[in-house]
Amino acid sequence: MDKLKLIIQREFIAKVKNRSFIIMTFLSPLIMIGMGFLIMFLTKQNDNKIKEIAYVDNSGIFSKSDFKDTKTIKYVEYTKLGLEETKKKVEEGKYYGVLHLPKIDSLESLAKSVEFFSKDTPGLSTMNNVEKNINSKLSSLKMKQLGINEDKIKSSKIRTDIKLLNFSGEKSSKLASGAKVIVGSIAGYLLMIFVMVYGQSVMQSVIEEKTSRIIEVIVSSVKPFQLMLGKIVGNASAGLLQFFIWGILLFVGVIVGAMFLGIDSSELFSQDMNPEQMAQMEAALGDKAKMFVELGKLPWLTMFFLFIFYFLAGYMLYSSLYAAVGAAVDNQTDSQQFMMPIMMPLMLAIYVGAFTVVNDAHGPVSVFFSHFPLTSPIVMLMRVPFGVAWWEILVSMLLLVATFAGVVWIAAKIYRVGILMYGKKPTYKDLWKWIRYSS
Amino acid sequence: MGNLLEINNVIKRYGDYTALNDVSMHIPKGSVFGLLGPNGAGKTSLIRIINQITMPDSGEVILDGEKLAPNHIEQIGYLPEERGLYKSMKVGEQALYLAQLKGMSKSEARKKLKYWFEKFEIGDWWNKKIEELSKGMAQKVQFIVTVLHQPKLLIFDEPFSGFDPINAQLIAKEILQLRDEGATIIFSTHRMESVEEMCDYIALINKSNKILDGKLEDIKRQYRTNVFEIGLETNNPKEIKERLSQNFEVSPANFRSLNDGLKLNVKLTNNNSANDLLSFLTSNGNVNHFVELVPSANDIFIQTVNKTN
Repeated sequence: MDKLKLIIQREFIAKVKNRSFIIMTFLSPLIMIGMGFLIMFLTKQNDNKIKEIAYVDNSGIFSKSDFKDTKTIKYVEYTKLGLEETKKKVEEGKYYGVLHLPKIDSLESLAKSVEFFSKDTPGLSTMNNVEKNINSKLSSLKMKQLGINEDKIKSSKIRTDIKLLNFSGEKSSKLASGAKVIVGSIAGYLLMIFVMVYGQSVMQSVIEEKTSRIIEVIVSSVKPFQLMLGKIVGNASAGLLQFFIWGILLFVGVIVGAMFLGIDSSELFSQDMNPEQMAQMEAALGDKAKMFVELGKLPWLTMFFLFIFYFLAGYMLYSSLYAAVGAAVDNQTDSQQFMMPIMMPLMLAIYVGAFTVVNDAHGPVSVFFSHFPLTSPIVMLMRVPFGVAWWEILVSMLLLVATFAGVVWIAAKIYRVGILMYGKKPTYKDLWKWIRYSS
Repeated sequence: MGNLLEINNVIKRYGDYTALNDVSMHIPKGSVFGLLGPNGAGKTSLIRIINQITMPDSGEVILDGEKLAPNHIEQIGYLPEERGLYKSMKVGEQALYLAQLKGMSKSEARKKLKYWFEKFEIGDWWNKKIEELSKGMAQKVQFIVTVLHQPKLLIFDEPFSGFDPINAQLIAKEILQLRDEGATIIFSTHRMESVEEMCDYIALINKSNKILDGKLEDIKRQYRTNVFEIGLETNNPKEIKERLSQNFEVSPANFRSLNDGLKLNVKLTNNNSANDLLSFLTSNGNVNHFVELVPSANDIFIQTVNKTN
């Protein structure tokens, strides 16, 4: 037991002292935020250039007020100059494009004969804007032709906003649903990345012990299983430390973000908020604030503990496989062929999460994969924000723990033989042979 | 003096391959025991069993009167042939870690390390990383780590590889001193001259079987050929050679000497003694070379292995 502690300690310190760990922990959140800002900035830059569109209206039914300028599009009338001359101006680069509305009496035919000339193919959003303007004018003219009162039509439009409720009486909304998808996905992705990063680091550490040839010295002092376990636990502790640091950073980030939007942070984390307050806040801040409020209503504590549990169990399961792979090969490049089967269930979990849980968190596929041990850590985490019965979680946990024990047992067998094997790259047949060796 | 280690009828198989086939040997307390054999003979398999890295399929290993058990790990020091240290860990930290894995307390390990580091004059390496050291330097650290916990049984697999002659001699001296202080040493090597120099006992393994073991002197006596290398200054070598052939088996010799003259290998036959040979030679010239050709460990190795192949 003392030796296991020593190994865990060494592995933890070796990992935490590593420069890449420090960089990952403190720099990657900054890089993520920076990337977010960069993307926002770049999209803005991209749209910032105002596109001036010249239009030639031969039909004579449009007026300047029908073409509303937006932040990025400006309409200029060039009917008098004529189509050909205006085209030339576009070619000279003075305007983005020419919109040509031919002289056709029938509104339907006109709608099909509108032309747009430009040097570059225009973006979707630009065309949408142009079409919307023409549509609304032509529709309103058509309504007049048919003798329909346009104002009445407008006032007859009703927008439905279904309020979602579950049987415990909690109110929910589509916005909340969106928030759940986002939170669940983030948790799932985070878990996958953690498992992959830390699993890889266990593998690397095993390979390092093999290539530096210290392994035989170590296993003459401790049992290979102790070494493997110590390595896995040591790396997991480093992972948890990193997770807690990120958690604190995120917490601080949310508080700062809330302050920035003007929400009292104590209200943000309280479960019940009276409708008056909510209404006030909604009125004042709109959707952004609502999102924050919805986020605050999620079962954070449960999710936190489940994240820790699924992270530990999932990580243990996968990292023992990574350790076995590391033991079986002599160097990183040889590990590729054995990595595929490890990565596949992780990828599957993410895809299942992204396509089925999002659409129907309690559908049969989601339920199955949230119990299947190789995918359950990720898929279950994605489902949890939507509310999963406690017994379902329990079953999934038990299955995971049982599988984990079995996988560790097999991995330890491969590990034990593999660490002392040099030279030949093993095949799956070899691994099978190793599993059946007596100690 | 009893045996520190007794290996009785050990069998080890890996799948269909038998690595050790009913191997037994006894290693006397306080001796240097040479474990010899060609590559792939099964030496490493045996050493790994003694270190409890693997378990025998059948047979038993007795250490100092007790059946080998996990708590014996602390009484064994092992320097494997494939050895190394954590490259990015500091020398001192690493030595402390490895010593603690062998069951030493941190303070005790620190004290002993200080002693050894001073002895080897490497005190200022404590805070260096292994990757900053040369191969020979790292080997010194590795040697210290192996012997630090004062084990009863020390196993050295090719201990001199990576050392220059001066450091190899230093290590050899340390090994012999550890023996004199009471440790028992298993010494595995392919360098036969160091077997001659260091070993009291040897065992030879070939193709998973033990084919020879015993005290080195006794084995040499068994393999004795009664051949003497002689050098003689004489005026009529031809005649002397002919007369010698009547009583002895004579063959051309192949040794270097600073003297000129007749050089021969002479084998004693017909109950002749070495004295008979010597008196014949002294009455026929000036003897400048007279040595019994004792079989070297190298000869015995090659002969025995070839015989069993």
